[in-house]
Amino acid sequence: MKEGKKVYWQGLEQLNQDPEFLKYADKEFPEYLPVKEQKNGQPEDSNVDLGTDRRDFLKLMGFSVAAASLAACEAPVRKAIPYLNKPTDVDPGVANYYASTYSQDGDYCSVLVKTREGRPIFIKGNKMSDVTQGSINSRVIASVLDLYNKDRLTGPKTKGQDSDWKTVDAEINQKISSITNSGGKIALVSKSVTSPSTLNLISEIQEQYPGVEHIQYDVNSNYGIRKGNEMSFGVGFVPAYDFSKAKTIVSINADFLGSWVSPIEYSRQYAQGRKVGKSKKKMSRHFQLESLFTMTGASADYRSKIRPSEEGDVVKALYNMLAAKTGGASVSGGDGSYNYLDQAADELLRSKGKSLVVCGSNDPNVQTLVNGINYMLENYGQTIDPSKGNTSRQGDDRRMVDFANGLSSGEYKGVVFLNCNPVYDHPLGGKIKEGIKKALLSISTAMVSDETAVEVQYNCPSHHFLESWNDSMPRKGSYSLAQPTINPLFNTRQAEESLLRFAGRDDSYYDYVRNYWKENVYNAETAEKSFDLFWDRCLHDGVHEVETPSEEGFDMVPVLISESMGTAASGISAEGQGMELVIYESHNIGSGEMANNPWLQETPDPISKVCWDNYISISVPDAKEQGINQDDLLTLTASGKSVTLPALIQPGQTAGVLGVAYGYGRTNSGKVGDGIGANVYPMAGSDGYVNYSITKGVSLAKATGTRKLAQTQTHHTYMGRDFVIQETTLNEYKKDAWAGRSFPKISTYDGKTAPKNISLWKGHKYPNHHWGMVVDLNSCTGCSACIVSCNSENNIPVVGRDEVINRREMHWLRVDRYYSSDSDHWQGGEVPSDNPEVVFQPMMCQQCNNAPCETVCPVAATTHSTEGLNQMAYNRCIGTRYCANNCPYKVRRFNWFKYHDNRQFPDNLGMNNDLGKMVLNPDVTVRSRGVMEKCTFCVQRVQEGKLTAKKEGRKVKDGEITTACAEACPTEALVFGDMNDPKSRISEVLSSENKERAFHALEAIRVAPNVSYLTKVRNKEKSNQA
Amino acid sequence: MYIEIRTLSEKFGKFFLTATLLLSFTLAHSQDENVEPAAEETTEETASEGGGSDELIQVGVTVYEENCTQCHRFNSVVVGPALKDAHTRWSSKEELLHFIQYPQKVIDGGENAHAKELYDQYKQYMPNHDFLSDNELEGLYAFIVAESTNPFHEVEKAEETLASADGSGTGGAGTGVSEEFLMVIIVILIVILLSIIVALTLLMGLMKRFVDSRDDISEEEREYISPGFNLVAMLRSKPFVNTVVLLFVLFALKSGIDGLYSVGIQQGYAPTQPINFSHKLHAGMYEIECQYCHTGVTKSKNANIPSANICMNCHNSVKVASPEIQKIYAAVEKNRPIEWVRVHNLPDLAYFNHSQHVAVGELECQTCHGPVEEMEVIQQYSPLTMGWCVNCHRETLVKAEGNEYYDKLMEFHDGENAGMTVEDIGGLECSKCHY
Repeated sequence: MKEGKKVYWQGLEQLNQDPEFLKYADKEFPEYLPVKEQKNGQPEDSNVDLGTDRRDFLKLMGFSVAAASLAACEAPVRKAIPYLNKPTDVDPGVANYYASTYSQDGDYCSVLVKTREGRPIFIKGNKMSDVTQGSINSRVIASVLDLYNKDRLTGPKTKGQDSDWKTVDAEINQKISSITNSGGKIALVSKSVTSPSTLNLISEIQEQYPGVEHIQYDVNSNYGIRKGNEMSFGVGFVPAYDFSKAKTIVSINADFLGSWVSPIEYSRQYAQGRKVGKSKKKMSRHFQLESLFTMTGASADYRSKIRPSEEGDVVKALYNMLAAKTGGASVSGGDGSYNYLDQAADELLRSKGKSLVVCGSNDPNVQTLVNGINYMLENYGQTIDPSKGNTSRQGDDRRMVDFANGLSSGEYKGVVFLNCNPVYDHPLGGKIKEGIKKALLSISTAMVSDETAVEVQYNCPSHHFLESWNDSMPRKGSYSLAQPTINPLFNTRQAEESLLRFAGRDDSYYDYVRNYWKENVYNAETAEKSFDLFWDRCLHDGVHEVETPSEEGFDMVPVLISESMGTAASGISAEGQGMELVIYESHNIGSGEMANNPWLQETPDPISKVCWDNYISISVPDAKEQGINQDDLLTLTASGKSVTLPALIQPGQTAGVLGVAYGYGRTNSGKVGDGIGANVYPMAGSDGYVNYSITKGVSLAKATGTRKLAQTQTHHTYMGRDFVIQETTLNEYKKDAWAGRSFPKISTYDGKTAPKNISLWKGHKYPNHHWGMVVDLNSCTGCSACIVSCNSENNIPVVGRDEVINRREMHWLRVDRYYSSDSDHWQGGEVPSDNPEVVFQPMMCQQCNNAPCETVCPVAATTHSTEGLNQMAYNRCIGTRYCANNCPYKVRRFNWFKYHDNRQFPDNLGMNNDLGKMVLNPDVTVRSRGVMEKCTFCVQRVQEGKLTAKKEGRKVKDGEITTACAEACPTEALVFGDMNDPKSRISEVLSSENKERAFHALEAIRVAPNVSYLTKVRNKEKSNQA
Repeated sequence: MYIEIRTLSEKFGKFFLTATLLLSFTLAHSQDENVEPAAEETTEETASEGGGSDELIQVGVTVYEENCTQCHRFNSVVVGPALKDAHTRWSSKEELLHFIQYPQKVIDGGENAHAKELYDQYKQYMPNHDFLSDNELEGLYAFIVAESTNPFHEVEKAEETLASADGSGTGGAGTGVSEEFLMVIIVILIVILLSIIVALTLLMGLMKRFVDSRDDISEEEREYISPGFNLVAMLRSKPFVNTVVLLFVLFALKSGIDGLYSVGIQQGYAPTQPINFSHKLHAGMYEIECQYCHTGVTKSKNANIPSANICMNCHNSVKVASPEIQKIYAAVEKNRPIEWVRVHNLPDLAYFNHSQHVAVGELECQTCHGPVEEMEVIQQYSPLTMGWCVNCHRETLVKAEGNEYYDKLMEFHDGENAGMTVEDIGGLECSKCHY
């Protein structure tokens, strides 16, 4: 920060000093907004006089009197109902944790499920897993809410009519026999199945009925990688990547922190290479060449913009550069010049064997060349391990297309959709929908009556994964078990068990999995002496690692078929014409399977900060050229399909490229997810492989009207106060650990002094604990798992789209996304919004020692504790909102409405019906209307941890108490602990960083927060060079 | 003149008050004195009995009280047989002790005829007591022998008093001040009081007559001495009306505020429960530990209302025919849990944890729940208001000795006299109970 000062801006509104932005920037509360109830979900016109009239007053008056007199009467009789026969392991009031496995839609995560009185209420990562190492993402955390979804199917159905299992099974068995006896084919369609038991079962069924075909597909397909490996090595596989070992990472349109192959796993690995500290002053260098602005691009050191049609050319260019320098043969093409690509090639060569080149393309030819690049760089056996193949996405795009065609031509007489919804989420969904009608037998095991399930004859609803037994092998040699944590809520049946019944078998799937493990996983020589002990240990741990004998082609270093390079290079044919479209996976919504989950819908997108909506993201120059404003409705036409969506102007996006997320536009997901955005799956190409980059025939037209996007980023601003973010480059940091830090001075009578030397307050004594948190801005990737984890732990209400637009979201924790650009840019030269840098900053209550909120509360509802917590007593709060007004970090949230048991907030699933309420954390109050709330540092966990220690007569162990956000962080950017304990992790971090990277946000106002941030360090040669 | 009269009566009143106070003090003191020797007597008795193996017997008493009394009495059959003369029923000491350790093993082994007899009679296995040390077993044996031969033990006495408490309760004489003595004092007091009133009335009449007979007093003064009484005028007089109005307003205000304060307070709440369970019988008479049924009290925030399987531990053989017990059977058969009415209703906004108070704070259940062992129907004893909670936190000392968790706090509060109260370590902070 020695030369030109950086300028941080939260959105284009702020950059352009938009009048609307300025109007609300200095207001804590948008006072103009209606508090009166909204009609039909539409906010009322703010110009209408909203004063209460006399009748309303009288009505209210009457009601209050009635309520008061009612309250004075005898309290209602409450029941206390004990167990009839208490299970030994369950003690009411004490949480139990069970290890299980989330494996859905290509995401694998080993999890620990917290249950209370037999109800799962919270999911966190399982640290015992070698694959995920305790990492998790927002969808896995939010999946617990789906268990209590009121829209789930409650039992089997035949042609839409309720039925019973016996009848359904009999009919299906009869139909299967008649089809297979006459030589007909039955298709068993599923997403990638990672469960070895299920795969074994399916192969057994295939033996029994030779007409059964198993077709796997993936929404976010890795077919290109699998096929590419087949082309270059002769064996199709998706290898295990290790980003922690890579010194140089080059990613070409691969959003490996968000959606590429196994982001949960990669986030943790990536962070290991990115963390710096007193003893480690080096970090990986990350080049990202991408079309849209992704989360991964936001973390990159060098980011350059390419068009999707250039993807193949970039790979070719990189291949040729490396080939030229290593003396290999070049391939045809690769003529374009791309920012930073030369530099990337140099550095890749310098870190041979410790580098990684990944590409998001689903084109097998492109992936073959990427293999060639990694082969040249000797990364096989180092950062790429083919012997541990990733099984989570093994779908075959071509077979799925064949299936769709076969179904519509009547080739398949029967079809079973195993927990999948291709009518919605496959490009050929329309064809499949028509085809289902021609089949003699059609079955869906979907949990809800989704787009596919409404078309079939038989609905055999499956359990939620938290009600099921299962196993998983996300990569070779790593086994994982899933166990039920609750009795089935409805008359549903696990899909695998349905398969057993369809095959006419009576055994339970639990026995099946257990037997499979006994015969295939258990090894008496290396594991426990008895299988029962082994099984119990695996159930407890949730995971089991075995040494697998390497099969042919799965060697650590495979042999490259060199001829494949030329073939692949000539096979790449993408050519861009006019506007290009990238259909991408939204970080929170994913494939759309969990679209009905309000926690995910309300979590803002990491980059655009839009929630509850789908939009067409368009680059700044394109928008300017075509006269498009934010929120304008646009009609996008591609592949002969049109959708109308609002516009979002995205800084940093490649000009000439449009972006739309899939996963929206559901029609049968449930009350929450239906009708949000538009479905763009049909636009994707399915010629050979599923292709989400449409490079030809894309047109954009303005439609009439606007739709306001619920975008949260500019809702909470700092009144122009500086130094919320502090950052530097690695070189500067190596020279001076204080690089990038700012040291504000306060003018006093005796001259200028540091803010910490003067204070209005006397300070507090912390005799026992002093809780604090350190947030490493360098490892935060903005993924927002912390937000969902916080929602789940602290019973935070979902307010819905309209209320977010009204700036009344309730999230206690937000992840601020700042764009930045040099002031040189600011004063002319390059446009700041062209390719801005990004810093993510998780912002929660800073638990100030000199808390400004505490001093202004007229009723002492917010006070300071002897452990450094800024306490909030909800029942004492009278709702003056002074505290929020006085909070410099804008982290206090006001309950404008009663969000629970209120039909006006139908999206708040977790609080508005008896089933949904089962997800609530019983240790945390559900706040009522008119009170202020905020992050408590998960005080319920602090209290519980202290009590455990007291009961055992010992001191609190470090790490035993942690907050929900820190627990969920896949990159371990958040560290929570006792700053009074010199041996705690937080003390160690702070003692080494206190004189280096640790700073307080808004240090100048000296509120002395207990949350410290560590400066962002970019591994760049020079700060923001062009 | 009248002034003198008043002083006189005041003086007399003071004297009277002092006298009463003095009397009551002596009474209280004499009560104490009477109790103390009785206590000494019992301890002496325990010590003198049992001959040489005093210590061993004492060990046995402890084992008996902690482990056996849930199912056994000494002289009566409860869940299991009476323990009196148990040593004579077994062929050897070793056999008996082995049986105590591993009852099911002995019974199922089928070799011991007496064990089999016992099982046939009581239809259930005694739980294993393999955790008892040899010394404890020896002690238990010594206790059984001593108690059977010389049945005048503390434990026995407790049983006796309990039994008598259950009956008509006539055996309570001899403790405290004798009733006769009390009666005499009260009668004397009443006589004194009456004579004073008579004397005063006489005095008043005498003086009035004396004053009346004098001529030198004015009309006004005469009025004062024997006022003419005008009821209507008085009722209508402004001071009277104002006073009445003021009193009424004050009264209304007071009861209004009291009423408001009592909204939601359910002290004394004793709803009818689906089963007429008596704590007096179970906790009082049979001295079953609270934790035996309320299993969560040391490990959870909930003390737990016992599940039916805990009731069945005893009631699968005890009082099976009782219609109340049959309700438990019905619940089990229908697979419908028993819906008890919740007595202690803490508002949702307050977090309370039993284990903190019982396991860490080592509080007696009775501190908050009152004399449960005397309650036929369970009722809310304490107000459960925030003021009540906070008061206790102000006064109660933290049980910090021997608990490493508190070491740092002890150091911090070292030198501050009178120990460390809950308040001192932040026990009044909002987020201790509200989150």
